[in-house]
Amino acid sequence: MSNKMGAKRKLSGSPKINKVSFIGRVKATLVQHVHQVIHSFFELWKTPFATLMTILVLGVALSLPTVFHVVYKNVERVSGQWDSASEVSLFLKKNISEERVQVLINKLGLYEDIEAVTYISRHQALLEFKEMSGFSKALSYLDENPLPAVLVVVPVKSAMNTAGSKLLVAKLEREQDIDLVSVDIDWIEKLQAIFYLVVDMVIGIATLLLLSVLLIVSNTIRLNILNQRDEIEVLKLVGATNSFIQLPYIYIGAWYGFLGGVIAWLFSWVLVIWLESGVMNLTGLYQAQFQIISLNFDESITLLIVGAVLGFIASFISVKQYLVKIEPK
Amino acid sequence: MILFEEVSKIYADDQIALNKVDFHLKQGEMAFITGHSGSGKSTLLKLVSLMERPTTGRIVLNGNDISHIKGNDIPYLRRHIGMIFQDHRLLMNRTVLENVGLPLLIEGYSRYEIKRRSLAALDKVGLTGKESSFPINLSGGEQQRVGIARAIINQPPLLLADEPTGNLDPKLSLEILTLFESLNQFGMSVLIATHDLGLIAKMRYRTLTLRDGDMINDGLLRERNE
Repeated sequence: MSNKMGAKRKLSGSPKINKVSFIGRVKATLVQHVHQVIHSFFELWKTPFATLMTILVLGVALSLPTVFHVVYKNVERVSGQWDSASEVSLFLKKNISEERVQVLINKLGLYEDIEAVTYISRHQALLEFKEMSGFSKALSYLDENPLPAVLVVVPVKSAMNTAGSKLLVAKLEREQDIDLVSVDIDWIEKLQAIFYLVVDMVIGIATLLLLSVLLIVSNTIRLNILNQRDEIEVLKLVGATNSFIQLPYIYIGAWYGFLGGVIAWLFSWVLVIWLESGVMNLTGLYQAQFQIISLNFDESITLLIVGAVLGFIASFISVKQYLVKIEPK
Repeated sequence: MILFEEVSKIYADDQIALNKVDFHLKQGEMAFITGHSGSGKSTLLKLVSLMERPTTGRIVLNGNDISHIKGNDIPYLRRHIGMIFQDHRLLMNRTVLENVGLPLLIEGYSRYEIKRRSLAALDKVGLTGKESSFPINLSGGEQQRVGIARAIINQPPLLLADEPTGNLDPKLSLEILTLFESLNQFGMSVLIATHDLGLIAKMRYRTLTLRDGDMINDGLLRERNE
């Protein structure tokens, strides 16, 4: 290829003549891209303080949505452990026979919105109550077991929401052998409302912060372009196309976003480590076990890609806005 | 090579920079453009290099009408014009070798080829051994030579020079013009804008004289003085 390119060209002809073959140009373009990716990274560190400040600001902006995501993920795990809250207790009529109970269990098993049914007989219920209440002596004086038999119904996931639960309760209340259907829908409803509100707020804030990443990178690239106006003019004078000139700026923007993503990842990791012992202490008080988790591998890669893509988009916008307007005087 | 047909350039403030200028520079010809400051010399060069567009008239370069050329095509056209400026327009943060090799880098040449041809171009302008220097460490004459090396590295058919000797002493100015002369002898068309009449008089080349945007003379300056 070198020989081909080195061939002396004629001193006349159309300005559209290309001296380099198509394959040669494709190869050169790829080499140029790889070179610019590496070169732009080192270009960042020619002004280390300014670069570090920009990356830290981007890191903070990206770390907030990241932390929100980590919190959301962990809260979702906690709520997953509250499945018993989504159980429906069916208190059966006192005089119901064991055969009818079995028939009822089989019937409930056919419901599409019921995952599982557990039967607690009157005798079992009394034993549990004695154990938990500490009134075993007093209860032994009773002539008759006052507790009814109970069926504990676990709805399917889709029926665990408020609307699904209400529908299921309505259906269960129509069963003749059931005396009382007990489910605490209200607090689930309130909790869900709070949860959705927080999620909406988080999405709103995250969107604003991601927008701020776009603005920060875009403005940094704009300043770079304006500072290098003379150089851009010279490049245009010797025949550089806009796409050639914009390459380093676009890659610098992508590097800013990527490095901001790295900082955000570090922030979220440090935060998880910092909160870990506190969360374990708290859950220990409730005799529960819960370990806070950070971003997994896929999420970490996604964060870095999102950062780089945001930086890429921001610098592209800036380049299209400012670089194209610079013309040699 | 360059054909101007009734070319006028009127700036936004109604200032007439060029007024119905006609001339034809043949391939392989060398010519001077002269005139006082504000006569339109630089505007004429800017029109050829597409830094400005004509208000009226037609400009043909290498057989192509460039009066209404698309913006996307301008870089490709500029690759066939070597441009030299009074202020050199070098990139101060790049070495002499990198400055000279810029046009080849833009065209996608290999690094080996860029280095080989840049060294050859520097040799041609007498700057061998300066390739690793930064322009800031060179004298005005040397910087101008770097600018010339950059302009000729891709062997353009046309060389435009805007006051190339403006900041140089008479001896260096003559050296630079001699360099242009040698490039012209290789078949390169050369158009030089200068107000240094003494220098033009020493060389026997066609001279276009402008005054307030009008072309008032087209011929040999020495003949005109005679």
